[in-house]
Formats: sequence, structure tokens, C-alpha cells
Amino acid sequence: MASGQQWVLVEMVQAFCEAPAYHLILEGILILWIIRLLFSKTYKLHETYRLTEKEKEDLIEEWQPEPLVPPVSKDHPSLNYDVVTGPPSHNIIINGKECINFASFNFLGLLDNERVKQKALASLKKYGVGTCGPRGFYGTFDVHLELESRLSKFMKTEEAIIYSYGFATIASAIPAYSKRGDIIFVDEAACFAIQKGLQASRSFIKYFKHNDMEDLERLLKEQEQEDQKNPRKARVTRKFIVVEGLYINTADICPLPELVKLKYKYKVRIFLEESMSFGVLGEHGRGVTEHFGVNIDDIDLISANMENAVASIGGFCCGRSFVIDHQRLSGQGYCFSASLPPMLAAAAIEALSIMEEDPDIFTVLREKCKHVHKALQGTPGLKLVGVPLAPALHLQLEKSSGSRDSDMQLLRSIIDYCIDRNVALTLARYLEKEERFLPQPSIRVVVTVEQTDEDIQKAVSCIRDAASALIK
Amino acid sequence: MTESPTNKPGNGDVCQRVRNGLKPERNGLLKTLYCCHERQPKHQYHPEEEEEEEEANAEPCHGGLYRRPFIESFEETPMLVAVLTYMGYGILTIFGYLRDFLRHWKIERCHIAREKEEQKDFVPLYQDFENFYTRNLYMRIRDNWNRPLCSVPGAKMDLMERTSLDYNWTFEYTGRVVHDVINLGSYNYLGFAENTGPCADSAAELTVKYGVGVASTRQEIGNLDRHEELEKLVAEFLGVDSAMAFGMGFATNSMNIPALSGKGCLILSDELNHASLVLGARLSGSIIRVFKHNNMQSLEKLLREAIVYGQPRTHRPWKKILIVVEGIYSMEGSIVRLPEVVALKKHYQAYLYLDEAHSIGALGPRGRGVVDYFGLDPRDVDVMMGTFTKSFGAAGGYIAGKRELIEYLRSHSHSAVYATSMSPPVVEQIITSMKCIMGKDGTTIGLERVQQLAENTVYFRKKLQEMGFIIYGNEDSPVIPMMLYMPAKIGAFGREMLKRNIGVVGVGFPATPIIESRARFCISAAHTKEMLDRALSVISEVGDLLQLKYSRHRIQPSLVRPFDDNVYEEIDD
Repeated sequence: MASGQQWVLVEMVQAFCEAPAYHLILEGILILWIIRLLFSKTYKLHETYRLTEKEKEDLIEEWQPEPLVPPVSKDHPSLNYDVVTGPPSHNIIINGKECINFASFNFLGLLDNERVKQKALASLKKYGVGTCGPRGFYGTFDVHLELESRLSKFMKTEEAIIYSYGFATIASAIPAYSKRGDIIFVDEAACFAIQKGLQASRSFIKYFKHNDMEDLERLLKEQEQEDQKNPRKARVTRKFIVVEGLYINTADICPLPELVKLKYKYKVRIFLEESMSFGVLGEHGRGVTEHFGVNIDDIDLISANMENAVASIGGFCCGRSFVIDHQRLSGQGYCFSASLPPMLAAAAIEALSIMEEDPDIFTVLREKCKHVHKALQGTPGLKLVGVPLAPALHLQLEKSSGSRDSDMQLLRSIIDYCIDRNVALTLARYLEKEERFLPQPSIRVVVTVEQTDEDIQKAVSCIRDAASALIK
Repeated sequence: MTESPTNKPGNGDVCQRVRNGLKPERNGLLKTLYCCHERQPKHQYHPEEEEEEEEANAEPCHGGLYRRPFIESFEETPMLVAVLTYMGYGILTIFGYLRDFLRHWKIERCHIAREKEEQKDFVPLYQDFENFYTRNLYMRIRDNWNRPLCSVPGAKMDLMERTSLDYNWTFEYTGRVVHDVINLGSYNYLGFAENTGPCADSAAELTVKYGVGVASTRQEIGNLDRHEELEKLVAEFLGVDSAMAFGMGFATNSMNIPALSGKGCLILSDELNHASLVLGARLSGSIIRVFKHNNMQSLEKLLREAIVYGQPRTHRPWKKILIVVEGIYSMEGSIVRLPEVVALKKHYQAYLYLDEAHSIGALGPRGRGVVDYFGLDPRDVDVMMGTFTKSFGAAGGYIAGKRELIEYLRSHSHSAVYATSMSPPVVEQIITSMKCIMGKDGTTIGLERVQQLAENTVYFRKKLQEMGFIIYGNEDSPVIPMMLYMPAKIGAFGREMLKRNIGVVGVGFPATPIIESRARFCISAAHTKEMLDRALSVISEVGDLLQLKYSRHRIQPSLVRPFDDNVYEEIDD
């Protein structure tokens, strides 16, 4: 080895000595050239284009930013809110007019329930209002722990975690698990909170047609083929399906049993948003899993807010500890936000107790929903959207005028007509530019257990009169 | 763990924070610690010139942009401590791997919840290394967080006693209550976390009348008269045209920044901004650039570059530039250099988004936050954001500013359209406490509390400094971070303090740079002098026990004397 190297060296020196001078000179020049190439700057464009201080100042002087916000016209439909004086309960005073409430998501009528109020008051007397801190820093109260255990008991899951804001629940839960590079399959009709969660996760999003399992399976198959091409990447790419139990935008139910089948077939996890269905569907109000008799352990994560049926504030996620516990350090809306005021948690606990004690309330709600759904069929000029079990239905125009604004105006005039006759309704509001798939303009009709048959009769005939009077 | 400024860079160019904390110019402040140099806004805008100007201006001057000395200290980490801290992490990591190995071979019992059998062949939900830190480091000192309360989070609180038989994997509640723990952890700056008194009474009244929920959004049918009243009051309180209130402080940032900024806009964000601001900026789809914490040179450089060179690749001019800063930074205890930010913003025609989560109520002679503290005009701040969680003892957040801004938000805020509106009793708590601060209740209780807080803050900070602790931040900030450096000391400090009936908050990585673990005290107007003295003597005692008195210049110059470079030269030996 060593002798071989020596020999090569000797040979090199010999060759060097024997070489003609012009050859050496040429080689020398070449070497210098290479060095020059290596060390010279490849482009000098930068220097010639470098701006002088004066030019910079001029540019800064010239720059005119857009206004912080574009001006909003005075008659923008969503600028002037309806003002509710007093509690937004069954009887609501809207713009000074006392009405029967067909617009608040107070499905079980717990908003002005005396028991709930008393518990909230007792909690207020003990803890005050605010918590003055996030959960980690002395913002955890015994009430929070109780509510979490009550929720997990109610839903029959291992664990539950509460958030202080309904919107932030699913919007924080999705990015806690799904990261950049992961894939989320999501229904086109998914609500805005889900859309924001998807955006925050920065994952790869694939939309499937609303409640169309064939379309979903097509996407899953495509993905499977993709995965076979690149198995190494597939091993670390998490896949999720995000659906709503009862869609707020379309008022229909997701085909959960089929979704569970697809889950195991394609090894995708399911996240289920139940804000509309929790406390509504199922014999005990456990939501869409109970409605279909699906084992709740087959759903990886269920999230819902406590602002509709429970009539408090906040939201929760529940599922297996393996999944849920992760949010205690990774759910942004959980760790970085002040915790839920104890009195609101206490109100939610009492609402759960009422729901547990009296499951008949759900039967009553179902009957009312069916009743309203049937009664609203065949309203002239208006199309009812939603399934008979849904407590929040949509009334859309049968024939659109072609312009969204004029449609909204027409629907608004129907609402005004009804409010004048003591029936409170509302438009379903959307951010038109932000929604991924903007739903048709519609009037929301909300069914609650407090509405009597006469109330429903009155509301239905009112809507009919308005429709036949105003829709040409 | 919780409540951290997210250090993650956004997309685009990023000035990363120096992680080891050893560099003295860590946030561009040390050189200019006296920070009250007079600067003519006209020729301030040449970074090169500026440096000279500062050096020439070594004598502090109390005029110019600042009404009073702006004293903010970030004492350098002693070298030995830094080395020991890194060693500590090294040892912890080695043991972590060892125990993971033992767990893998089932020699050590594994307490972690397991994936369901049927789903074992799914792609794992977590990468193994993701939870290494949680499993092996955080778990050892987990008992210092999430301590459950069973009383008002006031100046004193009752904690539920809990024990762990398996080294913090699970907790058991003994059923006993630890009474009268002095609370140095809650953000109860003005002491409005009360269960008696006018706030609680009015909230109770509203509960009886309205119930607790609303069950609809602001734009649909959840706009109560109380909400409108609150918003008028907030606008009056802050001295701006109008305001809008939202149900959650975190969401106020994350759901409204996207309404204000979008594609083709630039967001300049302080590197220590709260996670909610970072999330909001990300959701907006704007380009985000990060400037060094409270460093005006860094901000100005970014502003100039942005305007001169325009958007990346296309070089089109930016549509607008939004500077996002916080009033008080909750992890550093620093106060934003608002007068300079406002001067820069005006010169470069950028917009300013000021998050007053911690400063509203807690700063300023009238409790109107950092704008009041510096005596500025609130109209110079384009977007005033703040929360009701802290000083007002309630929940939620607000955005205030010009009438056009609020009108736009009322029609375009994500929160107004999709989120349930605020709970009526919470609204009432805010209205009552805010009226109290404004003196509208006919008493001076509110103003006295603001003054009491300022006094308590100065007193507590001064005493801690005299004892030889390293504390960070502005001398007027009621958030007081005290450096512990070593992760093990977070656990030890928290436990020793609790043993002596004082509740404190410890913060470590990832909420802080890796070697800068710290304890954080939040001073309240509700703390009496006895409580503070008791807390101080206990802190001193525990500090001696754990050798926390790191400061190398214990004999403090009197507070008026400005710091200068010499202080830092002395400790370089």
C-alpha cells in the first residue's frame, strides 16, 4: 500500500520534470483560471441594481398603502344587527317586538331553566366570574374536572376535555393531530369552524361531495394507489376524515355506519363534529353515534359545543384517552386561552343532569322536529332543506332571482313580516368570500321543546302568508 | 408548556431568536438600556446613524419620546449556570432514552395510554419523538401545573390537595383542601376576581334575568342589548370611536387578524408574540416576517426593506403592512416600546395592531393600558385589542379603533358570524368592573386599585432585585419573571413554595428559550403588603435553599440611575 503510493509520487515528479515548459505554463494558467472561476462572483447584477439611499427614501415616500379596512356601506345587510332586549329565551324581544323564538339554538329550552340558573348562581357565589388564567396556571377549577368527567360519563368515552369557546374546539382539535403533509378528507358542507381548523393544520385537504360515500371512497382509493407508489411516505402520512354529525349548513345527517366501514377498510381516522347533534339525536341525546348505534370507540374524536342544546358557553372533545390527552398540551385553544368561567361550567353540569334525568326530552324534541318539518312542506316559493329529525332547518328560495343580494333581501323581508307578527326568525349568516362552498341563502327555522303546537301552527302560517305575499 | 409566545417562524424571512440567551444583545435592548435617548423622528430612520447617536447620547434624558425612564433589564445568564443547565438537559435526555429503552422491552411499566388494538396498523397518530420531552422531562415536574382550585382565584386561594403514587402519571385527590395559598399565579391584576361586591352582585342579577347562554351568534339573533352597552363602554374607556367584544381572548386575535389582513399584505410580528397572534397571522394568508423582541432597529430594517423591495418574487408593492405587538409580554415582563413603534408606523405608513391582553387595566395612571402609560393618543394605534380575562376578572376580548374598522369587523369578523356571543353575566362583570376603574360608580376604588398595583409591582420587583435574584422585564410590569435556568429547579421551586403555602407558576421550554426556565409572579392590587412580605421572605428562603440568587450585581443602583454598558462589563470575568 505505502510503497504503491510512493511509487505513484515518484512517477509524478518524473513526469513533471520531463514535461515541456509550454505545457506547464498552460496547465498553470488553467489552474489559475479555475481558481478565478471558483472565487469570482457569478453575477454582479445585484450591485448595479442596488438602490441608493435617496432612491429608497423616494420609494418609501411614494408607497401608498391600501386603507386598513375597505369602507362598509351604511346599508350593508350584516352591519346593523337585530337587537335583543332581555333574555333570548322562548319569548324574545327583538327590535322592541315580543316574539316567539324560532331562531336561537336553544333546542332543549335549558337557557332559562331555573335549575341551571340556580347552579350557575351558586357557582358565581363561590368562584366569582372569571378564572384569571389558562388551565395550566391556576385556571383549573374543581368544576372543570367535574364537567370533564361528567361529559365523558355521559358520552361513555374514556376522557373529555373542555374548551372555553365553542368555535375554538374543533378548530384547535384538528391542528393538534393533523400536521403539514398529512391528509384530511372532508365533506364539502363542513362548517366554518372545521374549515378554519383545516387551514390551521396546513395539511393537504381533499373535499368529497356532501354525504357522497362513493366520492369519498374514490378519493380514498386514489390515495391508496398513491401510497403504494411511495410506501415510505405513506407510513408517516396520517389520514383523517372530518365530518359533521348533523350538518349545520344542510341540516342532514352523515352516514356514519358507512364512514366507519371505510375507516377500517382504508385505515383512516374519523373526527366527528357534533355541535348540532349533541343533545339532539339518539335516545339519550348522545348524538349521531347513538342514533346509528355505532360503537363510540370507533370514532377517534368527537367534538361538540355546549352553546346549543346545553345552552351554556364552551365546547368539548371526547374519545379515548390515547387521543384526547394529547390536546392538553397541543390544543392551542386549550392551553393558551383562559379557562371557561366556573359558573358556565356549573350550568353545563346541571344541563347534563337534566338531560340524564329526563331522556324523554329528546323524544319530545324529535316529535316537534318531525311536526315542523311536515308542516313546512309545500310552503309556496320556499324549499325546505333538512331531514325530519333536524332541529335547525333551512328555508331556501325555490327560484333564485340570480343575485345573492336580492335573494337575501327577499328572505329578509319575509323575516321582517314574521317578526311583525311575533315570530322571530333569522337569516343564516355566512362570510361570502371566506366560505369554501357557500351555501344558498336561507332562513333558519329552529325547533325547541318549548314551542307548543299553537306556536308552531302560528309560525308556519305566518311563514306561508309571508311567502305568498312577498314571493312573486 | 402553556401560554407561550410561539417561537416558530412564519413563512418568509425570519429573524430567529438567539436561543442560548448568552448574547447580551438578545433583544437589542442591553446597549440601550437607558432607553430614553432623545431622537428626532426626522433623521431617526437611518439605522447606521442611529447607532452612533445612541452612543453619543449615553446620558439619559427624560424628554423625547418617553415621559419617564424606560428601564428594562435582562441580565445575562452566568456562564457557569448556562453550562450546568445544558448538562442537566443532557443528563435528562440520556435518562429519557434509557427509560424509553426499558419501556420498549417492557422492563419498566409503561403508563402511557395505548392505541386501540384494531387500529394498531393505522399510521401512528403521534411520531415517537414528538412526546419524548413530555414523557421524560415534563412528566417529572407535571405536578406544578394544572393545580385545581376550589375558591375564587383572588389574592389567596384554596387548592385541592393531590398526590401521585406513580411519579405524576396519574393524580389522586386526597379530598383535603390546602387553604389560603397566596396566589402569585393568576392574572388578577386589579383584583376583580371576587365573589362578593358590586361585580358579583350585578353578574348574579343578570344570571337570574338572562340565564347564562345566548345560543346564537351576533349577526343572527344573539346580539343582546348588554353587548351593545358593553361595546359603547369599552370605546369610551379606551377613548376611541367604537369597539366590538368577542367571547374569547384567544379567538379575538385568531379570528380577526384574518379579517384585517390577507394575501398581498405583510405582517410584521414580534418574535415573542402570543400563540393566538401567530395563529391569526397564519390564518390570514399574509406573509409574516418576525422582528427581534422589542427591537426597533430590527423592526425599522424590516419596514424599509418591505417597502423598498415589495413582495417577494413579483416585487409588487405590498397592499398594506400590519405591525403586531403586545403591550406587556407575558413571559418576559417587558413593555412594548410603543412611542417608537408609533413613530415608525407613522413614518412608514404601516398599521399597528396592539394586543393589550396583559396591559389593559394593569398599566397607566388611569389603567387604560400601555397607551395611557406612555401618554400617547389612542387614535395613533389602528387596532387596539385586549382581553377581559385578566384585569376585569371575566372572559373574552375586544377590538377597538376607528368607526370604519369596527363597522367592517361587525360585518366581516369570523367571530360575529359564526361564534356564539358572550354570556350575559360575563358581560355584566366587565361592565361593572370597567365602570369601577373609570370611577363611574361614584367611588375611587378602581383608581386606588390601579395605583395599588403600580406600588405593589415596584415594591416587589425592587425587593427581589435586592435579594439578588435575576428578574426580567420592565420595572413597571406586574408580570415578573424570575430566572431559575435549570429545568429541575422549576419543579423544586414550585413544590417548595407550595409547601410554604404560596402558589407560583413555573415556565420552561418550549415557552421559553431552552436554558431560560423561570418562575413567574403576577402581582395583583389585591395583594396586601403583608402578603407580599410573606411571599418575599419565602422566596428568599427557597432561593437560598435552591441557590437561585444568581445576580452578579446585587447592590442595585437606585432605580433612577440608568443602567449602562459598564454594568455588563463588570460581570464578564
